[in-house]
Amino acid sequence: MATEAEAIANDWGGGVHPYRVGHRKLGMWLFIMSDSLTFSALLMGYAYLRASNAWPTPFKFYPSIVFSSVMTLVLLSSSLTMVMAVSASAKRQRSAARKWIIATALLGATFIVLHMIEWRHLIHEGLTPFALPSEWAEKWPGASPLFGATFFGITGMHMFHVFTGCLYLFIVAGRIKKLKHEDVEISGLYWHFVDLVWMFVFPMIYLLSVDASK
Amino acid sequence: MSAHAESEHFAGSNKLFISIWVWLLLLTGFEVFLGYIHLPVVYMLVILMGASIIKAALIVAYFMHLRFERLNLVLTIVPAVVICICLLLVFFPDSFRARHLRYQGPASETQR
Repeated sequence: MATEAEAIANDWGGGVHPYRVGHRKLGMWLFIMSDSLTFSALLMGYAYLRASNAWPTPFKFYPSIVFSSVMTLVLLSSSLTMVMAVSASAKRQRSAARKWIIATALLGATFIVLHMIEWRHLIHEGLTPFALPSEWAEKWPGASPLFGATFFGITGMHMFHVFTGCLYLFIVAGRIKKLKHEDVEISGLYWHFVDLVWMFVFPMIYLLSVDASK
Repeated sequence: MSAHAESEHFAGSNKLFISIWVWLLLLTGFEVFLGYIHLPVVYMLVILMGASIIKAALIVAYFMHLRFERLNLVLTIVPAVVICICLLLVFFPDSFRARHLRYQGPASETQR
């Protein structure tokens, strides 16, 4: 274990390993950088529309807020199980790591199922990407019909990332004997990033559109 | 984490990660609570974004392990992303302008 002073000196050492991570891990970090800009652009586009239009605030406590809060809990817990997987993998406990990774992927699948149910509620109310349900249009006169476009676009993009992450994690779990520890850690990076994005989507999409009337 | 010859470099104990998880849950609970006390939307936005940035920082630092990586990597990744995201704010003056161009209706029914 290096002392603090040595560690700081080494931080600027550079040399042949400027980042002290493998090329795959660096690649994942670069991907995460670009993907975070994708989501930022989507959320900024949503904020742009919302600031320039009358906007509905339709989410009732049940089902929308209850579902989205439980989904947040599920996703945060899946991050914890992923950390446990990486921690087990670091100690070369491969079968324990595999179980934690599978638990993570199953929590991710739970998130998708809950989100689909939540989408179904809204679709049944009559929300589409380019039109509001007629009740909403009456309650919030002049409200932008693009509510659905931003809602389905952003949460759909996030859900696609969760889905991809589940597949990725199942593959990592299946091949864990052949993979290096760093590969498990890289899959963890991706998964935590998906969790991180939800930490912005949940308040911006759901909590700022709570229907507090009634 | 003990520096076993066998095990890989991995800092942070399970206890630490569980406490981070609890903090994340508490911040989320606080955010949901905030949705139900009637605050002006600007305050809501500022507090919610503040809490979300804290949550994101906790996830990146501990779960994504960036706090335990070399400073070179942190300085390569974080400032570039933060600056690019801040640059996106350049669109907002146009958004506020567009709001005033809209037909506001006979009564003052403007909503947030």
